[in-house]
Amino acid sequence: MFRAALSWIEDRTGLVSAIRHFLDEDIPASAGWHQVLGSVAVFAFLLQVFTGFLLALNYAPTPGEAWDSLRYIVTQVTAGSIMRAMHHWGASLMIVVVGLHMAQTFLWGTYKKPREATWIAGVVLLLLTLAFGLSGYLLTWDNRAYWGTMVTTRIMSLAPGGSFLLRVLGAEGGSIGRVAFARFYSAHVTLLPLAMLGLIVLHVFLVRKHGVAPAPGDELLPKKKFFPEQVFKDTIAIFAWCVVLALMVALVKVPLGRLADPTDTSYVPRPEWYFLFLFQALKVFQGPLEVVGAVVLPGLAVAFLVVLPFIDRGTAVRIRQRTAAICSTCAAALLWTGLTATAVATTPRQIEEDGATEAQSWQKIPAAQLAGIDVLRHQNCGNCHTPGRSTAAPDLTTAIIPKDRDAAWLMDHFKNLSSPQAKAVMALVGNRTADVLDAWRTAPDDVTRGAMVFQANGCSDCHALNGVGAKVGPTLNGLRLRHDRKWVEAHFADPDKLSPGSEMPPYVFNAQDLNNITTYLLSIPK
Amino acid sequence: MTRRSFYTTLINLIGGLIATAAAIPAAIYLIGKPKRPITRDWIEVADLTQLQIGEPAEIVYNRERLDGWRKIDEKTTTWLVRTNEDSVVAYDPACTHLGCAYHWDTTAKLFECPCHGSSFALDGKVTAGPAPRALDRYAAKIEGQKVLIGPNQKESA
Repeated sequence: MFRAALSWIEDRTGLVSAIRHFLDEDIPASAGWHQVLGSVAVFAFLLQVFTGFLLALNYAPTPGEAWDSLRYIVTQVTAGSIMRAMHHWGASLMIVVVGLHMAQTFLWGTYKKPREATWIAGVVLLLLTLAFGLSGYLLTWDNRAYWGTMVTTRIMSLAPGGSFLLRVLGAEGGSIGRVAFARFYSAHVTLLPLAMLGLIVLHVFLVRKHGVAPAPGDELLPKKKFFPEQVFKDTIAIFAWCVVLALMVALVKVPLGRLADPTDTSYVPRPEWYFLFLFQALKVFQGPLEVVGAVVLPGLAVAFLVVLPFIDRGTAVRIRQRTAAICSTCAAALLWTGLTATAVATTPRQIEEDGATEAQSWQKIPAAQLAGIDVLRHQNCGNCHTPGRSTAAPDLTTAIIPKDRDAAWLMDHFKNLSSPQAKAVMALVGNRTADVLDAWRTAPDDVTRGAMVFQANGCSDCHALNGVGAKVGPTLNGLRLRHDRKWVEAHFADPDKLSPGSEMPPYVFNAQDLNNITTYLLSIPK
Repeated sequence: MTRRSFYTTLINLIGGLIATAAAIPAAIYLIGKPKRPITRDWIEVADLTQLQIGEPAEIVYNRERLDGWRKIDEKTTTWLVRTNEDSVVAYDPACTHLGCAYHWDTTAKLFECPCHGSSFALDGKVTAGPAPRALDRYAAKIEGQKVLIGPNQKESA
């Protein structure tokens, strides 16, 4: 049955013998593990096409909505976060493989005559891979994407004809909006994949045309066949690559930041790891020299790769004789690692708010209202004022508050309430939004206690939090992105020591209050 | 077993493993139902005084619906039939055959679908045409003078 089907297909299309012919390629006796990287790169590309197609099924390619739909993918769609992680880490690992493939070709000197065209096609494939990374980077439309792409396009504008390039990219004047987004998306899903596929076909065709390069002294040995031994090695290599990918998907979280915010002045953009070296190199070149680091050097590097086969015309291909190649590869690797490591070390570690999780209601309301909830909970008010029921006393979640009731009335009425406590209660019942009502039920006890400490010490006289309070001191939203618990606790005791010149007086709390207010402050997102 | 067939078997095995590993998450991704907050809200669509007993009325109302990643506020319709003083039936406005919008024929006293000639009686039962089942209903209730409708009972079933 199976054989009959195969022979029918062979008869009508010739596909079976075509594949057989492809697999029966003669390869040199020395071929082996060092030549598996090309196959892995092709596989990586195909997997990117596959996962990219699947992601696009739930993705809206317009600014703003892109982020919404991506958030939908990672939070609502089953296996959506896996799919996104596969695409994200797949891209990174594809760049690794393409880089290694190029290094191998370079070290073995297989770009030499007659394989110059194969090499040049490979250089273009490397550039296409990077273009994929660059265009895909914008498509998440979070802060990272927005600011990262902004910087990249500004760098491009330094190149000769840069303003023309920006116009082509739809980012005229360096602004990233709907047009730029549409063009990046279009390039990412139509132009680049087609160009990539075409060039891969050309590249493989050229490899076949000239044959896999033999090791020196190998030319006269009897040839091997591509199938099955080399195919087996390729398969094992692809499998190993997949295992690494699976581990990364399982273990390393792919961030989805907050929705791109062009007004966010605190965001420090940092490009994807494979562009970090360029980002760091730029810092060396200041002022008028900037163009050197941004355009001239990268341009020269690419030009060098393209003309390499014409410069290096020596016949030596034995790896031991290629001292210059080994040295320059090591130098390049060292330089790359050094620049990347420096970039990582010198950019302040950015803990980004996770855009995929929605803030709780109690994280969004003013501190005074949260403190009001605390007062009601801890002054036994709930014994009579039962939320959701209006029996012994009015239900404070719904009752109409008479106009003449204010904090002074409350203090007079109850005697035991302090002024901050009374004000907190009035703040609470004065604006019962849906978030407030929800927080009333759900806010954890330690944060309401913390909010009460905040309220009792008049923190909002100097600090804004959730839009309420003066701006004498820094706004406290997103404090957790800037400092850790130890710092915050130490800062209360001696502000001037940790922020020299600070006008904040020291606050000495008992251990429990200190713990609660710190927990509260560190829980409020940006 | 020859060396060749040994390699071939391993290639097929590992290749199959890789393909399966990629296909499983993809299949789950494609087939799985998105997690979404269940909304069981009752929407006020009409005033009881708008309805005459035994006289269907097409009611246009707005409802909030989760459309993929967006919560949208959309205009939609329902056919309300007040069956007696204190009960109302609400029909899904789509013909059960292929989803065309039917209308009420006042002379024939039938809901008639313009697409393939299905028709339905006041109680929703099929009287003619290819429609496979009676009209789908929304849960409906009366509170005071207001008519409220709930989830489509076809979907919730």
